[in-house]
Amino acid sequence: MSDGSHSLRVSVWRGTQAGAFEAFDVPMQESQTVLDLVAWIQQNADPTLAYRYACRVGMCGSCAMMVNGVPRWTCRTHVGKVATDGAVEIAPLRNLPVIKDLAVDMDPFFDKWTEAGGAFSPTKSRDDAVEPILPETPERREADAAIECINCAVCYAACDVVSANPDYLGPAALNRAWSLVNDVKDGALDARLIAVSGAGGCHNCHSQQGCVAHCPNELNPTASIAGLKRATVRAALKGRI
Amino acid sequence: MIGVRLYMLQRITALLMAPLVIGHIAVMIYAVQGGLSAAEILGRTQGSLLWALFYGTFVVAVALHAAIGLRVITHETFGVGRTGLAILTTGLFLVLAAMGLRAVYAVTAL
Repeated sequence: MSDGSHSLRVSVWRGTQAGAFEAFDVPMQESQTVLDLVAWIQQNADPTLAYRYACRVGMCGSCAMMVNGVPRWTCRTHVGKVATDGAVEIAPLRNLPVIKDLAVDMDPFFDKWTEAGGAFSPTKSRDDAVEPILPETPERREADAAIECINCAVCYAACDVVSANPDYLGPAALNRAWSLVNDVKDGALDARLIAVSGAGGCHNCHSQQGCVAHCPNELNPTASIAGLKRATVRAALKGRI
Repeated sequence: MIGVRLYMLQRITALLMAPLVIGHIAVMIYAVQGGLSAAEILGRTQGSLLWALFYGTFVVAVALHAAIGLRVITHETFGVGRTGLAILTTGLFLVLAAMGLRAVYAVTAL
C-alpha cells in the first residue's frame, strides 16, 4: 500500500548501448519489488520505457536487470533490500546487447546454449517403454541439481570471463550441458563433450563463482563446469574426443 | 581461448612443477646453509644426468605452463585473435625453453 509520503529516486537506463540514466520519483509501497518500480514508471511516468517481464513470480526468467550494479531477477527482488539512501539504479543486463532501455537481446545467450549442446538428444522413440529413472543415482543427483535453471541470464551477466572472452559459452549454457551429460536418456554424450571443449568452452572458466553468488535459484554452475572439465579430460585421455 | 588439450597440458605441468619447486627450494636452502661455493655446486651438477633431468623437466614444464597462462591473460586483456595467440604461445614457449635449457646445459654439461 502506498503511504503517499515517501518516494524513491529511481535511475533507469534509457537508450541502447549508448544512452544515459534518467531519474524518476516513484512512490514507495509495502513489499514493493524492483519490477514494480519499472512497471510504475512505464504506466505512470513514461509509457515509452522498454523492459521485459512475463510471470512476475520467478518462474520465467525474463525480467533480470542490473540493480545497483548487481544482476538480479527484478520480480523477486524487494526494493527494501537493495535501495541505498532512498535510491535505486536499474540498468539492462551486463554482457548482452541492449535493444532499448532495459530490454537486452538474449540471442547471444541462447545461441551459446545451443552451441554447448543444450538440446536433448533422445535415445528412444515413442514406441519404446518409458525408461525408469532412479532419483538416488549419482548421475541423477547431478542432473537434478543443474536442471532448475530458468535461463534468466543473471549468471551470464555476472560472469567476468564472458566480459573478457566473448566466445566463452557462459555458466548457464555449460550448466545445461552438464545436466544432459548426466541424463541417462540422452544419446549425444561425446558430441556434447566436444561442443564444450572448444576455444570458448568450459576450460576457460576461472572458477571465480560470480555465477554461484548471483544465481537467484541458488544453483552452482561452477560445480557443473568443474564436472564438465573432469568429464572432458577423462574422454580426452580415452581418445573419445 | 583454451581447449581441453591446452587445459590438460597446463594442469599436468602444474602437477609436475609442485614437487620440482619444493625440490629446488630444498636444494637452495641446503646449498646456502652448507655454504657451498659455486665451484662446489658445479662440481656436483656437471656430468650429472639426474640434475639435468630434474632441471630440464622443470624448465620444459615452466615454459609450457607460462606460455598457456599468458595466452589466456593476453586474450582476455587485449582481445588478441586466434592466429596472434598461436604465435604468442609458441614463441613464448620457445624463448622460455631455450633460455632455461641453455642454463641447464651450462651447469650440467661436462
